[in-house]
Amino acid sequence: MSFEKVTSDVHEKRFSRNMGVGLCLAAFIVLMFGLSAVKIRQAGATEGFDHVARPALIPAEESQ
Amino acid sequence: MTDASLNIGREDGPYEPKFGDFFALLKPRVMSLVIFTALVGMLAAPATLHWIEAFAALLFIAIGAGASGALNMWWDADIDAVMRRTAKRPIPSGRITGNEALGVGLGLSFLSVMMLWLTTNWMAAALLAFTIFFYAVVYSMWLKRSTPQNIVIGGAAGAFPPMIGWVAMTGSMSIEAVLMFALIFMWTPPHFWALALFMRSDYDDAGVPMLTVTHGRRSTRVHILVYTVLLVALAVAAAFTSMGGPFYLAVALIANAIFLRDAFRIWRRNEDDAEADDFKVEKGFFKFSLLYLFLHFGAIWVEAVLPQGAWGGW
Repeated sequence: MSFEKVTSDVHEKRFSRNMGVGLCLAAFIVLMFGLSAVKIRQAGATEGFDHVARPALIPAEESQ
Repeated sequence: MTDASLNIGREDGPYEPKFGDFFALLKPRVMSLVIFTALVGMLAAPATLHWIEAFAALLFIAIGAGASGALNMWWDADIDAVMRRTAKRPIPSGRITGNEALGVGLGLSFLSVMMLWLTTNWMAAALLAFTIFFYAVVYSMWLKRSTPQNIVIGGAAGAFPPMIGWVAMTGSMSIEAVLMFALIFMWTPPHFWALALFMRSDYDDAGVPMLTVTHGRRSTRVHILVYTVLLVALAVAAAFTSMGGPFYLAVALIANAIFLRDAFRIWRRNEDDAEADDFKVEKGFFKFSLLYLFLHFGAIWVEAVLPQGAWGGW
């Protein structure tokens, strides 16, 4: 069985469409990553309330 | 699997759409104006966002505007095919099917509204959703084919972007946001009526009740002058509000003097004069109207970044 590469106008246009959609999705993923990083940083430290208590991260008045 | 099996649904169609054909559905030229006015709304707002959040907000506002453009093209495909100006759009030219345009429009509408909500706040997202609804349903489906006031009321859709930009930054409404909305709202009718004057038979052929068709070309010229006078009053008065200042006032005085002069010329002319020089004045008015909007929003931006007391603010 041979896999001969077929090239035609239809394939070129389909490639352009797939490439465009792929680049948009890649850009969307990068944007989501950046937005998530910004939002998490804005939320402040949350480790003090994680599964394992870390008293060093809890404000003084709250830990008393 | 043979290659032929990948062509399901397109065997009979001679055209395979490219990515650019789908992008054209989003009305890129309209989108560039939306990006500019929304950006000015964001920069003029007295609040800050992380640059990634601001970039994402602007992107989702632009995508929302593009989605409403795709929905408009889906609904108006029949009249777009008749009008010379719109006959080459993706659907009437056969590059994209109506259902594909509907899918793109609905999908991007949902994505843009949800993402703007997650990126900024619910009020900005609600305004974007309302803008898409207003343009696709209120303007395209209802007003455009039923009343000569279509462009007056429908113009609100194009006026929302700077307001959305402002609300995305601040999370609240303000007089400045309303003024920016009003500026575009009042600018839209004379801009499109001038286009209707020199595109002549396009709207007649399509059966769209533009003012030129229902009330005649003389009445349209009167309407252009009246709306321009109202716009000039609003644009100059805005210089004395919190978003204006000496720089804005200087720009507004010059731009509005030219715009008013051209509107007066349009009013004075009759059809014979216009035919004689191939609608030179009407075409000039239309082109300048784009620069007019750019100058005003550019001046609002400059006022926002200039230090208070020098040329910035009063």
